[in-house]
Amino acid sequence: MSLREEILTVIEKNSRIGIDELAAALGAEEITVANEVKAMEDEGIICAFHTMIDWSKTSIEKVMALIEVKVTPTRGMGFDSIAERIYKFPQVSSLYLMSGAFDLMVIVEGKTLFEVAEFVNNRLAVLDTVQSTATHFILKKYKDHGTILTSKYEDTREKVTP
Amino acid sequence: MRNPLSDKVVEIKPSGIRKFFDIVQDMDDVISLGVGEPDFDTPWHIRDVGIYSLEKGRTFYTSNSGLKELREEVAAYIKRSQGVTYDPIKQVFITVGGSEAIDLAMRAMLDPGDEVLIPQPSYVSYEPCAILADATPVIINLKEENEFRLTAAELKEHITDKTKLLVLPFPNNPTGAIMEKSDLEAIAEVIRRHDLFVLSDEIYAELTYKGVHTSIVSLPGMAERTILINGFSKAYAMTGWRLGYALGPEAIIQQMVKIHQFAIMCAPTTSQYAAVEALKNGDDDVAVMRAEYDRRRKYLLHEFAKMGIKCFEPYGAFYVFPNIKQFGLKSDDFALQLLEKERLAVVPGTAFGDCGEGFIRISYAYSLEDLKKALERLRHFIAGLSKE
Repeated sequence: MSLREEILTVIEKNSRIGIDELAAALGAEEITVANEVKAMEDEGIICAFHTMIDWSKTSIEKVMALIEVKVTPTRGMGFDSIAERIYKFPQVSSLYLMSGAFDLMVIVEGKTLFEVAEFVNNRLAVLDTVQSTATHFILKKYKDHGTILTSKYEDTREKVTP
Repeated sequence: MRNPLSDKVVEIKPSGIRKFFDIVQDMDDVISLGVGEPDFDTPWHIRDVGIYSLEKGRTFYTSNSGLKELREEVAAYIKRSQGVTYDPIKQVFITVGGSEAIDLAMRAMLDPGDEVLIPQPSYVSYEPCAILADATPVIINLKEENEFRLTAAELKEHITDKTKLLVLPFPNNPTGAIMEKSDLEAIAEVIRRHDLFVLSDEIYAELTYKGVHTSIVSLPGMAERTILINGFSKAYAMTGWRLGYALGPEAIIQQMVKIHQFAIMCAPTTSQYAAVEALKNGDDDVAVMRAEYDRRRKYLLHEFAKMGIKCFEPYGAFYVFPNIKQFGLKSDDFALQLLEKERLAVVPGTAFGDCGEGFIRISYAYSLEDLKKALERLRHFIAGLSKE
């Protein structure tokens, strides 16, 4: 693995690791690692640092829906221009171009079911190029971004073993 | 009433780790770096196959030697990793962990009066197993200046006309030492010349961080005088499945199987099915775990250097074996005080042989975050010692 790959492997799972600790774990100089991280941010390889939150454990209500969208691609632009018109809405948290029975998968976040429904009805479905939508509400998250949300890792090993 | 016990068994010292374990058990808030098993769960696809085998009702004994399919996979693994061919029917058999294979190899090969060379520091079971097999253990004290590798000179020094077997425990628990090909070549020559046999415990073979592991069986003339022991515990994080294996000359393996069939019958069936999956499709899992261990290893060595703790660079297993002589405490006292003052558990080097005095074993089968927390406690402890 190259140093870049090594860095990405570690920080993909643990973005809070300090540069000093990261450099030590990779057997590299701190300055080298810091420069690589900075360069990868500049090149858009490292896009953002997020915190994964299980909102269902807070008193804050969140509703998430996964919407399958069929669209008519525009001449010369393919799906990109319609995609742009959709992802600019702040309600859209993710947007993917798909192979198969539909074209775009839109993941929408809102405070209430009503709010999400309003977005689909008044913003998404009415776009010229949108042929149809199918909305699926997310009922429970078991695992997200490789992290199991329903149970925590517990060290059940004996404390001292040969 | 007569004494119900065997003198031979009573005279065996209890493991030094046991004593420590009992103290730790009664304490709260202990962070431990004292564990000799992986922190990873067994990869899910392997567990899934185990579960599926239960669902299908594969709940019977297997043949004494183990599932044929598993023995074939084991032989194929040794062929591709070491280039040595073993007959899966006659020269491979499946045991209840590497531990059983160690016990059986000694019992099958040794008679009263035979001497067994045991390099230390090393795993706790070799010496008792040799005694239980009525043989005489002869300890070779490995040295820090040799990175705890066994040298040809050390080997020669301990050979008598009674010497029959050499235990070769590399990559090593507790030191993390490895034997590279050139190291092995040097001792193989002595072994052949003195007509010795080898019990090569390679349970940590996959956890090597400098090149790939070389087994002594890959050297000329060595496969015919070596029992190679390995298993699934460390490479695939399968300690609780209790599954290992032994490969060697047919004559020795068949006698080992004989004891095994009377004492054990066969290794756990569920574990054997899971192990087939591990060998067939587990290489990527091993690579991911090895990379993670390697990062932790480097991190620890870096932090030790910052704290001024002397530690040779070990390239195997998941242990580091720092030298604590500068702090003026015996290994036992160091570990005990570290536990009492800072609630941090490590294992004193002396648990693995007298020559472990002046060292402690630190396991890195813990996440980087846990290691960081533990090192804070170690740093605090050492700062306290320097002030005294």
